[in-house]
Amino acid sequence: MAEKTIAGVTVTVNAEGYFENPAQWNKDMAVEMAKEYNISLTDKHFAVLDFLRQKHLGGEQLTIRKVGTSGIVDIKEFYQLFPGGPLKISSKLAGIPKPVSCV
Amino acid sequence: MKKILILGAGTAGTIMANKLRKALSRNEWEITLVDREETHYYQPGFLFIPFGAYTKKNVVKPIDKYLPSGITLIKKEISKIEPSSNRVLLADGEVLNYDNLIIASGAQIKPDETLGLKESLWRKNIFDFYTLEGALALHDYFSTWKGGKLVMAITEMPFKCPVAPIEFVCLADAFFTKKGIRKDIEITLVTPLPGAFTKPIATKMLSQVLQEKQINIIPEFYIEHIDNENKKLVSYDEKEVPFDVLTIVPLNKGADFIGASGLGDDLNFVPVDKQTLQHAEYKNIFAIGDAAALPASKAGSVVHFEAEVLFENILKAIKNQPLEAQFDGHSNCYIETGHGKAALIDFNYETEPLTGTYPVPGIGPFKLLKETRINHLGKLFFRWLYWNILLKARPLPVSNHMSMAGKKTIG
Repeated sequence: MAEKTIAGVTVTVNAEGYFENPAQWNKDMAVEMAKEYNISLTDKHFAVLDFLRQKHLGGEQLTIRKVGTSGIVDIKEFYQLFPGGPLKISSKLAGIPKPVSCV
Repeated sequence: MKKILILGAGTAGTIMANKLRKALSRNEWEITLVDREETHYYQPGFLFIPFGAYTKKNVVKPIDKYLPSGITLIKKEISKIEPSSNRVLLADGEVLNYDNLIIASGAQIKPDETLGLKESLWRKNIFDFYTLEGALALHDYFSTWKGGKLVMAITEMPFKCPVAPIEFVCLADAFFTKKGIRKDIEITLVTPLPGAFTKPIATKMLSQVLQEKQINIIPEFYIEHIDNENKKLVSYDEKEVPFDVLTIVPLNKGADFIGASGLGDDLNFVPVDKQTLQHAEYKNIFAIGDAAALPASKAGSVVHFEAEVLFENILKAIKNQPLEAQFDGHSNCYIETGHGKAALIDFNYETEPLTGTYPVPGIGPFKLLKETRINHLGKLFFRWLYWNILLKARPLPVSNHMSMAGKKTIG
């Protein structure tokens, strides 16, 4: 666990920079974190982040497939919005823990 | 007469039927199983068929062979569960009422849900080893194959036996080495995961094993479609992997009737309490094995450990007593690494696979996360154990809860 100042506010993150407490998150932080990935957030991006936060708070396990059937984006668009690792990057920007794959 | 209804007569359904029939009075409780299949498949054996180590007769038995007397088996298709009226509708219109329902209908592959998978190359250059037909077709293909690019790809998590693709590439390496054509073959494992496996210590060990065998891994590759004309996998972010022969784990889903009943998640797996295996809303419904949406492996060992818990909980549930037994996510998998050796992993919801010995601390005989000959013998012996001990629910000298004894906490 570590402390990090994002958009002027100090929050608790893990070693990989994922939020420990989703309640500390706000939209300005998402905008600032997105710069590290060269992404400038649009309404579409925020719609995805909202979806992720809602599902996470509802206790659901998140997958790329679930985002692809959310009605907000299909999987291809999801990759275009968050190139490289859509679920990992969007989860970080949404202030929720890193998605885990269970086996 | 009270009724327990079990949907699915595979590993989980058969074990539960055996356990419950022994424990419950035949004058008081009727136990009925429903399954459309004629055959009980030893699914872990499918992996060995492409390499000629097992044949069809090693992996099939009549579905009712391992069921005790005093059980009714209905070989029909299920169309829907109506949980609020405590009944199940069969495809031919028959209605089955229940007091308690156990969903054990497993996971099936759905190749038609990936674009281009079930087209011109299907079972010609593209194979699965999750069906007997697929494994046999691949065996035929390998018997005359001269070499080229062999790709083992995973479409999506979760899928049955998460170590199987790793075992497949290791066994292919050994098989083609023995045939003297390994130098003409490039073997690649393509996975949506960030590495060979999901848990860090096991991933590190398995990556080393693959590297030593000169097997490539392409991680974080999420298949969008298969280009049949140019024999290529294409990902959502437009990366491409060419192949001459593709072995694939198609999308895995729970039974269609789960979706039709409104009891499934987006992949038709049934969400139940991860410790008690009970449905949150319908307290007389339980799910076990591959059919359940749990953060645990979809594997036979998991079913065995879950069955101990579910058995105790059903006995409490039918007396309206609080459920006490808790499943800890225990999973125990042999990983064939070829050349007569295997590794072994043992883990649960909380603890990732670690090194050490199993099941007797300090002694073994099995070594965790290490390739040994005795682990391989354990894996082969398991087929005997499966048909003769496990399905009949005879006791085994291993705990259903994972133990930290014998494990090293620093990898």
